[in-house]
Amino acid sequence: MTAAIFTEPVLGYPTLASPLLADSGLADFAGKFSQVIAALAIFLGALALIFFAAGRATGRFTRPLSIAVFLGPAVLLLFVGLVIPTIRTTYLSLKSDDSARFIGVKNYQWAFTSSPIHQVLVNTVEWIVIAPVLATALGLTVALLVDRLRSQAVYKSLIFMPMAISFVGASIIWKFVYDARDPAHPQIGLLSQVVIALGWHRPPNWILSHPLNNFLLMVILIWTQTGFAMVVLAAAIRAIPEDVVEAARMDGAKGGRLLYYVTLPMIRSTLVVVLTTVMITTLKIFDIVRTMTGGNFGTQVLANEMYSQSFVQFNYGRGSALAVILFVAVLPLVGYNIVQLRRERSTR
Amino acid sequence: MSNPAVEVTVPLANRPERAATAVRRSFSSPIASLLIIVLTVLWTLPTVGLLVTSFRPAGQVAATGWWTVFTHPSLTLSNYHTVLFVGGYGVNNGLLPYLVNSLAITIPGTLFPLIIASMAAYALAWVRFRGSDVIFFGVFALQVVPIQMALIPLLQLYSGGAHLGRVTIFPDLNLTGTYWPVWLSHTMFAMPLAIFLLHNFIAQLPREVMEAATVDGASHFKIFRSIVLPLAAPALASFAIFQFLWVWNDLLVGLTFAGGTPEVAPLIARLNQVSGSFGSHWELLTAGAFISMIVPLIVFFSLQRYFVRGLLAGSVKG
Repeated sequence: MTAAIFTEPVLGYPTLASPLLADSGLADFAGKFSQVIAALAIFLGALALIFFAAGRATGRFTRPLSIAVFLGPAVLLLFVGLVIPTIRTTYLSLKSDDSARFIGVKNYQWAFTSSPIHQVLVNTVEWIVIAPVLATALGLTVALLVDRLRSQAVYKSLIFMPMAISFVGASIIWKFVYDARDPAHPQIGLLSQVVIALGWHRPPNWILSHPLNNFLLMVILIWTQTGFAMVVLAAAIRAIPEDVVEAARMDGAKGGRLLYYVTLPMIRSTLVVVLTTVMITTLKIFDIVRTMTGGNFGTQVLANEMYSQSFVQFNYGRGSALAVILFVAVLPLVGYNIVQLRRERSTR
Repeated sequence: MSNPAVEVTVPLANRPERAATAVRRSFSSPIASLLIIVLTVLWTLPTVGLLVTSFRPAGQVAATGWWTVFTHPSLTLSNYHTVLFVGGYGVNNGLLPYLVNSLAITIPGTLFPLIIASMAAYALAWVRFRGSDVIFFGVFALQVVPIQMALIPLLQLYSGGAHLGRVTIFPDLNLTGTYWPVWLSHTMFAMPLAIFLLHNFIAQLPREVMEAATVDGASHFKIFRSIVLPLAAPALASFAIFQFLWVWNDLLVGLTFAGGTPEVAPLIARLNQVSGSFGSHWELLTAGAFISMIVPLIVFFSLQRYFVRGLLAGSVKG
């Protein structure tokens, strides 16, 4: 199955004429949707049956039975889908690429010492440091400034919109922006056109220029995450108690001082949560690099290298080791968010 | 409620707007307004370029920038016809079957986790038992596990079953080539966040209503069906929108568990594949990308309020 990912599927649809295609498309649609309806019918039917049967139970087994029915499926899915695989991936990371023998920590040695991976780790660190900070800063700027504009909802919606677009779609949008041609010809990429108009007559081929290309790829993530930061931070600003701001204003604070001494401290925890959340997204990002460069031209990052090792080269040992490294890297970030939650729960 | 972390958990309550307005007004200047307008234009222009290009004839797309369309308008729908039904340039067929796959993956991929997680959330919130707190934090803690940790073992499970030594624990169900691996994976991966979000909401339903129903002799199953689900509808809607967009826009799960075949692969996975083959045929790539964006954009713009609510509940708390 996965071996076929990078080859064209042999099973094709006739590419002759439209009427024929419309028919085959309709048959395709009907066939696929009968699968969906069958799956939903089985799922809901089984659920109704269990609810009906378990709902009639009486006596001292009623409670444990209800707990098992309500919680059982979720716990089973979590074990099969997350708990056991996590243990197994850790185990596979200690074995050779074909999982035939134990090789100890050699996969980790490879991950931290081999020169091509070195570039990957450096890029990943650059991503984590730059992209979340810029996305959060831009989001905060918009959250602070947008409310004074008439029809602010329009601006907010437009800045928020990229959040609904897939990373693959976003990458195609920006790949087109970064399109570069021989400066002698008319440009079709927006970025080249703009810099030429501004007087830079021989702009580089953006995507091929390392280390600039890393930053150009980060722009895509920043473009999608700024709206997220804006929405969450705007809500936090709106939640600052009125008397606090009023008191500060009575004391003569305004502009930058009000921001620095009142607004920022009051939304500090939200600011950090936004930052860590975008960092987690950044660490796991692989769609952007995969669509833009496939990891070439010095742009590879950890999550995409993990995918390539695992499912392109089928090096399960190395792929698993990279997954474990990714896991360990996100652990403190998510851990921080969990501590935030615990504190919040205890104050409730 | 003096902790700012708590304050942000009720962001949509109708607080007096004046405080916030006061904060913002103190930054008031025409430069600030200009900055926002410039930023919005920058944020929107790339998408406009994509949309315009997808309607331009191939020859013009290759020869001139999309911005020239405003002085020399010339539009066509043929790119959409080609990219949906025909393909070309090394791409065997159109995107239509993949668009159907995306729908076929996303609907159960949203409904399965929604139902299973709301059941678990109800049990954790209202059927208190010894260990329910441990399970709740265990579920929440599982959010730390990146999907990447689960890919190889799950792929092996779907394609060969599970074995311990020579003992088969789980038979090979021969699921490859069906939607099941993708549906199951999306359901599994959605669990931690879904249970957490829905638990927060369901736990806050009025205690009197629950107790009255119990006194009347209603079983947990009846309470769940006739009280919890209707009352939790806003939270269910928020999560459903979130999950819908997540599954529709996903690449990692689709690419790993559905491959690239027209039988099961979703549109996004296919788009990622053809982005190389279509190469410089921007009129096709932009049309394909826009097709993949229409559904999420409609969902987003029509249900933005629910989307924001889910986002705030999930990210600020998590």
